Amino acid sequence: MSNSPVLFALDALTGALFLLTALGIVATRQVLASLQLFVLQSLLLTISAVLLGIAEQSVHLFAVAAITIATKTLLIPWLLRRIVREEVYGTREIERVLNIPSSLLIAAGLIILAYVVANPLLGAIAVPFVRINLPLGVAAMFLGAFTIAVRREAVPQLLGLLAVENGVFFAGVAIVPNLPVIAELAAAVDVPVITLVVGMLTRRIHARLGTTAVGQLASLREG
Amino acid sequence: MELAGILLIPLLASAFSLLPIGRRFAAPVTIIASAIVLGLAVAVAAEAARTGQVAASGEWLTCDGLGALILLLVAFVGFTAAVFSWGYIAESAKHGRRKSIRLYYCLYNLFVLSMLAVPLLANVALMWIAVELTTLLSAFLVGFDDTPEALEAAWKYVILTTLGAVLALLGFLILYWGSRIAGLEPFTWVGLVEAAPRMPAALLWPAFLFILVGFGTKVGFVPMHTWLPDAHSQAPASICALLSGVETTTVLYVILRLFPVVGVAPGLDARPWFIGFGLLSVAVATLLFIHVRDFKRMFAFSTVEHMGIILVAAGLGGAEAHLGAAFQITGHAIAKSFCFFAAGITVLGMGSQEIASVRGLVRSSPLAAIALLVGGFAIAGAPPFAVFVSELVIFKAGLASGQYLVVAALAVLVVIAFCAVMLHINRMVFGVAENEIHAAIVPMSCKATLLLSAIPLVIIGIYVPPPLYNLLKAAASAMGG
Repeated sequence: MSNSPVLFALDALTGALFLLTALGIVATRQVLASLQLFVLQSLLLTISAVLLGIAEQSVHLFAVAAITIATKTLLIPWLLRRIVREEVYGTREIERVLNIPSSLLIAAGLIILAYVVANPLLGAIAVPFVRINLPLGVAAMFLGAFTIAVRREAVPQLLGLLAVENGVFFAGVAIVPNLPVIAELAAAVDVPVITLVVGMLTRRIHARLGTTAVGQLASLREG
Repeated sequence: MELAGILLIPLLASAFSLLPIGRRFAAPVTIIASAIVLGLAVAVAAEAARTGQVAASGEWLTCDGLGALILLLVAFVGFTAAVFSWGYIAESAKHGRRKSIRLYYCLYNLFVLSMLAVPLLANVALMWIAVELTTLLSAFLVGFDDTPEALEAAWKYVILTTLGAVLALLGFLILYWGSRIAGLEPFTWVGLVEAAPRMPAALLWPAFLFILVGFGTKVGFVPMHTWLPDAHSQAPASICALLSGVETTTVLYVILRLFPVVGVAPGLDARPWFIGFGLLSVAVATLLFIHVRDFKRMFAFSTVEHMGIILVAAGLGGAEAHLGAAFQITGHAIAKSFCFFAAGITVLGMGSQEIASVRGLVRSSPLAAIALLVGGFAIAGAPPFAVFVSELVIFKAGLASGQYLVVAALAVLVVIAFCAVMLHINRMVFGVAENEIHAAIVPMSCKATLLLSAIPLVIIGIYVPPPLYNLLKAAASAMGG
C-alpha cells in the first residue's frame, strides 16, 4: 500500500465536496437540483474509488468506479426521467417538514455524531484513507436518512435513500477495497432495482391519488 | 442438487406466469411448483436433521440446521399461501384487472424465491442482496389492491425497510473488514464464527449494532416497527401470511446468525441488547393490542410481539432457551399464516377489516368464526398449541439460568397480550350483530388452505415428530447454544 500524500490530499478534497453535496441534497428547494446534486455526489464517489484504487493498487476499486458511473450517473437519472418525468422537471418548491436553516443545524449535529460513531473504529485500525472516508461516509449516510425524514415528496425521499447508499459505499471503498466481484455486481443490480421499484410505485401513487406528497399520506394510524 | 432445485423451480414458475397463457394457468403452476419446492425442502430438512449440515454446489449453497428450519417454514407457507391465492386473488381481482393476475404470480414466485435464498446462500454479501430483494419484490404485492391505503403502506414499507437494509450493509462491510484483518477469505457464516475471536472488538461491536438496527427495522422491532402494521394489514391476505409468517422470520434468522459470531468475541455481550430490544417490542405490541381497531392490524402487532419473544429467548442464552426460540419460530410461522388465512376469509365474507363491524361471525360465517378462534388461541399461546409449549420452554430456561426479572416481565406481557387478542376475537365471533349479514361464499381453495395449514398447527403442539425435534436441536445449536 502506498501512502502518497498527493493522493491522500486529493481524497480529502473529494471527501469534503462529497459531504457538501450531501448537505446540498438536504437543503435544495427543487427536485431537479436534488437529482443533479445526487449525480455530482456519485461522481465524487467514483473519484474517491479511483484515487483509492491507485493507492491500494486494487482492480476491484476500478470496477466499483466503473459500476458507479454506469448506474448512478447515467442509468438512474435516465430511469427517473423516463418513469416520473413531470416530478423531476416540476419547478415548484419541494414540500418539507422543517425549514432550511433548522434542517442545516440538525445536519451539522448529525455530522458531529458521525465522527463520534466512527471514532472508536478508527482507533482500532489506522489506515490513512479510512480516516477520511469512514466518518464522511457515515455522515453522508446520516444526512441521507435525515433527508428522507424532512422531505414530504416521493422522488426527493428516493434521492435521500440513494444518498444513504452513496454514503455506505464511500465508507466501503476505503474499508473493504477488495470486496468480492460478485458482491459488486449484485450491488450494481440493486441500486437500479430500488430506483425502478420506487419510481413505479411513485407513478402509481400519482395516478391514484393525484399527488406524490407521500408525507401527507396518513390514513393508517392507531386509535 | 436439491438446494439448486429449490431456487430454480420458483424462477421457472415466475417466468411461466408472465406468458399470455399465465392468466389461466399461473395459479395451478405456482401451486405445483411450490409443492415440489416444499417436497425438496422436507428432504433437505430431514438430511440436515440427521447430519447437521447439507452442502451442495460447492461453496455457493449450503444449509445447516437453522437454515433448514427457515427453509422448511418458507417452503410450507409459500405452498399454503399459493393455494390460498388461487381463489382469493381471483375473487378480489374479478373486475377486469386480469393482467395484474399474471404480475401477481410472477412477483409471488420471485418473492418466495428471494426468501428461500436467504438461508441457502453461503456468501454473506449475497445473502444481504437476497434480503434486500425480499422487500423490492414484495413492494407491488403489498400495494396490489391499489387502494390509497395499500399504496401508502407499500411506500412506507419500501422506504423504511430499504433504508434499514442499507444501514445493515454498512454493518456487513465492517464485518468483512474485520474478517479480512482476521485472515478469513470466503465471507461465510461458518468462517465468521471461526474468525470472530481474532477480529478487533472495536469493529465487531459497531457492525453488530448496525445490523441489529438495520435488519431489526425489517423484522419490526420497536421503535423501528412503524411500517409493519400498515404493510401487514393492507396487503392481500395471502401476502400477509408470507410477510408476517416467514419474511420477518427470515430476516430475524440473519440476526440470530450474528449471535454466535458476537458471542465468541472477547469482551462483548450481545445478550442485554437482544433482551432489551425484545422486551421493548413485546411491551409496545401488547399495549397496542388493547385498542386496536382492525383485526389484520391486530395480527400484525402480534408478529411484533412474537419477534420480540424470540429475540428475548435468544438473549437468555443456553441450549434450552435456544431450543425454545427455534420452536417458537416454527409455531409462530405456522400459526400466524393460519391467522391471516382466517382473516382473509373473514374479509372476503364481511367486506371489512374493522373489528367493530364484525359481530356474530359464528352465525353468519361459521367457518371463518372457527378459523379465527383456532388461530387466535394458537397465536396467543393457549394449550395445546406449539406457541404455548415453546413459551413454557423459554420461561423454564430463563428461570433455570436465574434471569427471574426478564422471565417475569415477559410472562406478564404475554398474559396481557393473550387476554387482549382473545377479547377482540371473542367479540367478533360471539358478539351480537346489529343486522344480519349474509357472508359471501368462500372460494374452495381458501377452505382447502385452512385445512392444509391446520394439520401441522394442531399436530406439533401435541406431538413433535423425532426428525423435527432433531432439526430444532440442530437449529438451536447453530444459534450458539
